[in-house]
Amino acid sequence: MIMLEKRPQPSRAWTFATPIVAVLLTMVFGGLLFAALGQDPLVTIRTIFFDPLFSEFAWFYRPQLLIKGAPLVLIAIGLSFGFRAGIWNIGAEGQYIVGAICGAAVGLAFYPMESFIILPLMVVAGALGGLLWAMIPGLLRVKFGTNEILVSLMLVYVAEQLLASMALGALRNPEGMGFPGSRNLAQYPSASSWITQSAGMHWGVVTALIAVIFAYIALSRHIFGFNVRLSGQSPRAARFAGVNPGKLILICMGISGTLAGLAGLFEVAGPAGQVSIDFNVGYGFTAIIVAFLGRLHPVGILLAGGLMALTYIGGEIAQSNLGLPIAAIQILQGMLLFFLLAVDVLTNYRITSARKAH
Amino acid sequence: MTTKTLLASAALALGLATGATAQDTTTVGFVYVGPIGDGGWTYEHNKGRLAVEEHFGDAVETVFVESVPEGPDAERVMTQMALQGADLIFTTSFGYMDQTINVAAQFPDVKFEHATGYKRADNVSTYSARFYEGRAVQGHIAGQMTESNIIGYIASYPIPEVIRGINAAYLHAKEVNPDVEFRIIWAYTWFDPAKEAEAANVLIEQGADVILQHTDSTAPQAAAQAAGNVVTFGQASDMAEFAPFPRVSSIIDDWAPYYIARTQAVIDGTWESTDTWDGIGPGMVGIGEITDAVPADIKASAEALIERLRTGEYHAFTGPINRQDGSVWLADGEIADDGTLAGMNFYVEGITAEIPQ
Repeated sequence: MIMLEKRPQPSRAWTFATPIVAVLLTMVFGGLLFAALGQDPLVTIRTIFFDPLFSEFAWFYRPQLLIKGAPLVLIAIGLSFGFRAGIWNIGAEGQYIVGAICGAAVGLAFYPMESFIILPLMVVAGALGGLLWAMIPGLLRVKFGTNEILVSLMLVYVAEQLLASMALGALRNPEGMGFPGSRNLAQYPSASSWITQSAGMHWGVVTALIAVIFAYIALSRHIFGFNVRLSGQSPRAARFAGVNPGKLILICMGISGTLAGLAGLFEVAGPAGQVSIDFNVGYGFTAIIVAFLGRLHPVGILLAGGLMALTYIGGEIAQSNLGLPIAAIQILQGMLLFFLLAVDVLTNYRITSARKAH
Repeated sequence: MTTKTLLASAALALGLATGATAQDTTTVGFVYVGPIGDGGWTYEHNKGRLAVEEHFGDAVETVFVESVPEGPDAERVMTQMALQGADLIFTTSFGYMDQTINVAAQFPDVKFEHATGYKRADNVSTYSARFYEGRAVQGHIAGQMTESNIIGYIASYPIPEVIRGINAAYLHAKEVNPDVEFRIIWAYTWFDPAKEAEAANVLIEQGADVILQHTDSTAPQAAAQAAGNVVTFGQASDMAEFAPFPRVSSIIDDWAPYYIARTQAVIDGTWESTDTWDGIGPGMVGIGEITDAVPADIKASAEALIERLRTGEYHAFTGPINRQDGSVWLADGEIADDGTLAGMNFYVEGITAEIPQ
């Protein structure tokens, strides 16, 4: 009989192998799914996972990977601190929206003045917006013991209403012929977050890479990272080690809110261009998958963000070139997380075949 | 600027390269805002696509991407279609307007057709249907069917097309029932069955016994069916699976003739940037069968209205009509001009709600 036996310590080898096995399993079962839909599984898998990188038009798709991946990585890095410490900020989407609104508002207030100071001010406003929105569930948790999962999630819907009201009211383009949506910030040089549009480079990409490096250093070399990990693994031990749980909650919520706010600001000032009613497309939620797919490790998150971006872009190519329905792509993305969690069992357990003891 | 020209020239070079290999078949791309199975807006656009495939056979290949968000993703999908050799691309949602213009500027040899927008270029046409004619018919039936005198309206985004629909429906409901009142909920989505059902239920709780919708799913129909005594109309598609009740009629968008004509123009090399806005007359707007749940006299007068709209004898916005604030918009017998209709951002007199801003 096959049994699961708890490992004395999580397996180091499986920690690294899990994401790779999960990706391979996704390819296999995804291929079966595509075959059932009447597609050639090999061609489909190639279209989704390789065409964006190596096809004839890869010069267009590679920069798109940066555009699609940057907000995912930036938000996921922020979330990873809290997730390691057992603090569950599910509302990054809302912090992303509020960061975008605050940052865009600063930029729009200066229009049409040109100055090098405008983008930095927008960055500060975007970060503060995300930070403050995350402080609401953070402070409620610390002061009143509310559940930060629920509060942060509910605040996403509040942020969406705020976004609609801004796109229709305060931030609406006065020259937009009465249509909702703000001026286009990407076409306002001092406020644009683009560095080189054809290369997919905007300041959000740069910030995401910097965030990865800082997160790596903080988690592996700094006492703060030690406290975060300790709180997640053993809250009691953390208290004995002098970690203030309230302070840790606020710091972790703050980091994730700030980075989500920054991601929103860079998106609204570059790829999206304007504050519109449906500006948010779910990066804040997808980033949760990215954070776990990347094992809450900064380098892992970087790779996972790239992989998610790949499935989005490859998925669009597969839809357009092979006529695959979008639901099949979404199932594939779901499979990725499912297999990751399933295979993850092997990190903490080992499979043994044992006779019945009695 | 330099990066844009770089991209454009690279695309041009590739366009020439791919054009040589695929000159026999014409490729037509479709970008959809919802899933093709939404049963409404996108479903009808996809029916138009299938009609193109059937009409041209092997001479035309069609490609599509569904559920594309109205933002940077749309720009990527369009670029990708153009790169892969599409000759003509239909972008079928208002929110794709700026993206269509941006991508079209980079692919001067590819023709673009943007639904319901107002920005055109040498290689960008716009097309839309005079849905408000259908709304007039809806209002005419709804005003007589309601017993509570409360008509619920699920609106999507506060853009002229939607506001025009509300006004047309209200004017014609008021005409047959002076006590009628409109309750309007803005869903801020084109397709979200959960939100749409929620909006329908809220309206029903507020006493509405007729629900009009400007969103794309059949969820409000299902909500009305569950409530039992609420009248609905199919939106964008016939939604006949909810007939004869709650769905008593519908507005059907028929894009097929237009899509076939525009594809033919590309094949013939006669395609030109145009602005098309057709109604019941040319057949772009169809009115689905009025079921027997509607009393015969109401059905007869509704059919007479459809006929007057079809022949052009009557315009759905004929004065006297005042704006919501009481100021005169159209004098007695005056007919609204297309420019005002295209940019309509005010309610007519009698509607008590406010346009969100």
